[in-house]
Amino acid sequence: MQYDYRQIARDGIWDNNIVFSQMLALCPLLAVTGTATNGLGMGLATLVVMVSSALVISLMRGLITPEVRIPVFVLIIAAIVTLVDMNMNAWMHDLHKILGLFVPLIVTNCAILGRAESFASRNPVLPSVFDGLMMGLGFTLVLVALGATREIIGSGTLFANASLLLGQAFSFLELELIPDYRGFLIMILPPGGFLALGFLLAGKRVIDMRLAKSRSAKEDKAMQGPESATS
Amino acid sequence: MTAVVEPSYRKRVGYQGGLLGMFATLAAALLVGGNVATYDAIEQRKAEDLQHSLAQVIPDGIHDNNLLDDRLVLKHQEKEVVVYRGLTGNSVAAVAYGVSEQGYSGEISLIMGVNRNGEILGVRIISHSETPGLGDKIEVEKDDWVYSFDGLSLEKLPEEKWAVKKDGGAFDQFSGATITPRAVVRAVRQGLILFGAHRAALLKDKSEKPVGPGIVSTTGTVEN
Repeated sequence: MQYDYRQIARDGIWDNNIVFSQMLALCPLLAVTGTATNGLGMGLATLVVMVSSALVISLMRGLITPEVRIPVFVLIIAAIVTLVDMNMNAWMHDLHKILGLFVPLIVTNCAILGRAESFASRNPVLPSVFDGLMMGLGFTLVLVALGATREIIGSGTLFANASLLLGQAFSFLELELIPDYRGFLIMILPPGGFLALGFLLAGKRVIDMRLAKSRSAKEDKAMQGPESATS
Repeated sequence: MTAVVEPSYRKRVGYQGGLLGMFATLAAALLVGGNVATYDAIEQRKAEDLQHSLAQVIPDGIHDNNLLDDRLVLKHQEKEVVVYRGLTGNSVAAVAYGVSEQGYSGEISLIMGVNRNGEILGVRIISHSETPGLGDKIEVEKDDWVYSFDGLSLEKLPEEKWAVKKDGGAFDQFSGATITPRAVVRAVRQGLILFGAHRAALLKDKSEKPVGPGIVSTTGTVEN
């Protein structure tokens, strides 16, 4: 069986994006996206867990019966998250100080269980890992976009404290877009998360509709033939 | 034959139970292994963090000993508190100890350094699980807020001013997070009350046997 990796990538990042179209993982999403940096951190940590859980579950898929699959998936995911947390604390301590708050939150991310259920448990290892990577990437992109939107409107900065997460080399990312900005509190608070997410979702729908329209217009042109295309 | 026929043993309850049990055992074994493999490293990092935090709340210039080496354990309100002493020669120049308070989500633990006059040399947050982006401004890396305690003492700032501005006190709250700074202010005030209650014992010279209410033990070296 052939796997269309381009389709998997498209699904993960846009067409079947965890947030934009599956509407999953909203709890960790809204909780941490007060700043773009936090969104990036949470996204990267989720990405690691998604890829490794896809790997393990895909390897075990012949063994697991449908009746007990959910508790088994939950066990695997929780064990991976805890291991990631412990290893980061021991070997990447500085990073753990920043991301440490987010790592345990990943267990609550139902999207990981969702991908395990709908993809990794039914497909071979390679496509599963690729799917985990793309889904994680799509999730990270949404987190950063939402975090950036809320941060710019809420505190007038972008990627504040990014050097704490990525190292001093990335301190150029830290921008103060609006000097002496007094802050727009509601955007940092959970209601702001819902508001910003609503606008982002609406924006995605608009783009999808435009794309569909131009696609159908093209098809119409092709059907009508060259003589009517000049009118 | 095109479809894979599922063997009948997989339908049995015993197989299902066994499978679940196996995965639970496996997960437990992995976690135990992970814990064993990382325990020492994590403890090491914690000790480094502690040393680093101690150095921030007791400036290098005012003591000449290793802060981790001169410890004192005292009992305050039913709890044992470890006090790290900064010594110049034989006399105590400053002390540092941890205090903790319930924050918005979980315990906030912090360490504070106090000089002989009961003035705060510095306060640093050791660990907390406050909301990222809101309550985490108590961390020195993210905001200057914790510096607002420096130099204060219970004599300099009247009791009712030890609160956030919203409650009529002297300290800023954060937009969107009042509970967190409130908890930190309360913790620091408690810490100063602790200092006041045990002042004589805390400031006794190193060579003298520290006796007094609450002293549990002293250590010359860190036992690990």
